[in-house]
Amino acid sequence: MEAQCINILETLAPCLVRGGMDPGLAQFLSIAAGVLIVSAIPLVSVIIFIWIERKIAARVQDRLGPNRVGPFGILQNLADAVKLIIKEDITPAGADRLIYNAAPIIAMLSVILIWGVVPFTPVHIGADLDIGVVYVVAIGSVGTLAIMMAGWSSNNKYALLGAFRVVAALVSYEVPMIVALLVPLMLAGTMSMQGIVEAQQGMWFVVAAPIAAVIFYISNLAETGRAPFDLIEAESELVAGYNIEYSGMKFGLFMASEFLHSFTVNLLFAIIFLGGWSGPFVHQLPILGVVYLAIKSLIPYLFTIVLRSTVPRVRIDQMMAFNWKFLVPVSIINVLLVAFVLKIIQELGLSPSPENVHDFAANVPQAVILLATNLLMGLVTLNVLRNAGRRERIADQARALRTAEQRDSAIVPSAS
Amino acid sequence: MTVVNEWAFIGVFMAVAWLLPAAPLVISWIFRPRRPNAIKMATYECGVETVGDTWVQFKVQYYLNGLVFLVFDVELVFLFPWAIAYSQLDFFAFGAGLLFIFLLTDALIYAWKKNALEWQ
Repeated sequence: MEAQCINILETLAPCLVRGGMDPGLAQFLSIAAGVLIVSAIPLVSVIIFIWIERKIAARVQDRLGPNRVGPFGILQNLADAVKLIIKEDITPAGADRLIYNAAPIIAMLSVILIWGVVPFTPVHIGADLDIGVVYVVAIGSVGTLAIMMAGWSSNNKYALLGAFRVVAALVSYEVPMIVALLVPLMLAGTMSMQGIVEAQQGMWFVVAAPIAAVIFYISNLAETGRAPFDLIEAESELVAGYNIEYSGMKFGLFMASEFLHSFTVNLLFAIIFLGGWSGPFVHQLPILGVVYLAIKSLIPYLFTIVLRSTVPRVRIDQMMAFNWKFLVPVSIINVLLVAFVLKIIQELGLSPSPENVHDFAANVPQAVILLATNLLMGLVTLNVLRNAGRRERIADQARALRTAEQRDSAIVPSAS
Repeated sequence: MTVVNEWAFIGVFMAVAWLLPAAPLVISWIFRPRRPNAIKMATYECGVETVGDTWVQFKVQYYLNGLVFLVFDVELVFLFPWAIAYSQLDFFAFGAGLLFIFLLTDALIYAWKKNALEWQ
C-alpha cells in the first residue's frame, strides 16, 4: 500500500482517505487535481505551438521569425501576451455586450474541453468516456458557435459576412469528417479514445484506412480554418473576418484558440490513425507515451504549417464544391467499400481475433487487403477526377473558341 | 475510474474550462487603460461611416446549406452504433446499414440534381 502513494496521479484519492479524509471529498479533490493538470497542458503548450508556427512560416518565406526575446525568440509569445493584456479594450457602440464578451471565452473553451478525453499514456487520461469520439465531434463544433456569436454580436458587416462563411463552410466540412471517422470506429469496435489506441497496438489504422485518414485530415484543415481553406478570415476581402472588432486580450483568445485547435485536431489524427501513445516499451514506462504522442502529432502539424505558408486560398464556391461534390461522395463510397470488404475478411476468418489483436503478424492479412482496396479506390478516384477535368477543359476551350469566332464575325462587317 | 467518475471529471472540467480563458480577461480588465470616446467606439468598416442596419436578412444559400448539413448530420449519428457493433453484426443488420448509407447517398444525389450544392 505504501508504494501506491508514490504515483500521486492515479492514487491520490486512496492516499487522502488513508490520511483520514472523507472519501467523497478525497474523490472530488483527485478529480479537481486531474482537471487542473489536463487543462493546464493545452494552455501552456499553445505558447510553444505558436512559436513553432511562426518560426517555420518565417523560414518558408525566407525570413528569420521571432529571434529577439529569449533564446531563439521562444519567449516572444509571452511578451505578446503581456502586450495584449495591457491594451485598451474596445467594445463597439452597437455591440451586443454579453454575447460579444462571451464569444472569445467559448472559442477557447471548446478547444480545451477536447483535451479532457485525450489519452496521453496507457494510464493517464482525463476521462475515458465510452462515447469519446462523439464527445470530441460535439465539443469541436461548439467553436463554430463561438465564431457565429462573435460575428453576429459585433454589429459589423464584415464580421457578419465572415461569420456566415464560417457557418456555411465549417458546418459542411463536418460531414466528410464524421463519415471518415466511421472507418476507424468499425476497425476498433469502440468509441472510447483509450479503446481506439488499444486497438492499434498491432497495426496503425492509417495503414488499413489511408483514404479515411486523408479525408479526416483535409476536413480538419477546413474545420480549423487553415490554408487553403482559411477564407473565414480572408484579409483581402473581409478585412479580418469575424474578429474584426475585437481588441486586446479578447482578440488574443481567438488567436490562441485557433492555433490550439489546429494542433488539437492533429493530436486527434495521431490518436485515431497513428496509434496515439503506442510505441516500444510504453507499457513498462507509461510516460514514454507522451513523447510518442507528441512526435506523432507534431508530424501532421508541421505538414499543416508548411501547407499554410505555401498554398493560395480557394474561393468560397470552390471550397463548397470540393466538399459536397468530392469529399462527401468519396467518403461515403469509402465507408461502403470498407464495410463490404471488412465483412468478407471477417467471414473468411482473416481478421485478428480479440486475443491476438496486439500481435503485429495477426493484423497483417486484414491490413494488406484493406490497403489494397484503398489504393485501388484511390486510383479509380484519381482517374475519374482526371477525366472530369479533361472534359471541363475541352468544354472551356470550345466555349472560348466560339466566343472568339462570334467576336470576329461581328468585327468584320463593321470594318468593311 | 467508474463511469460516474468519468462524467464527474467532465462536469468539473466544464466548470474549470470557463475560468481558464476568463482569467486573462480579468487580468486585462485590471491593467488596461480606459479612455473611450465616440469615434473610437464607432463600428470599424475601413474608415467609411456605417450605412444601414447590420442585422439584416441573409442570403438563402446559407440556409439551404444548413439544411443539407442537418440532414446528413442527423443521419450520420445513427450510423455510429452500427459501426461500433460492426464485427458482431449478422448479415441482415449489415445489409440494413448499407441500405441506410444508400439512402444517404440518394439524398446527396437529389440535392446535387436540384442544384442545392451550387454556390451562386
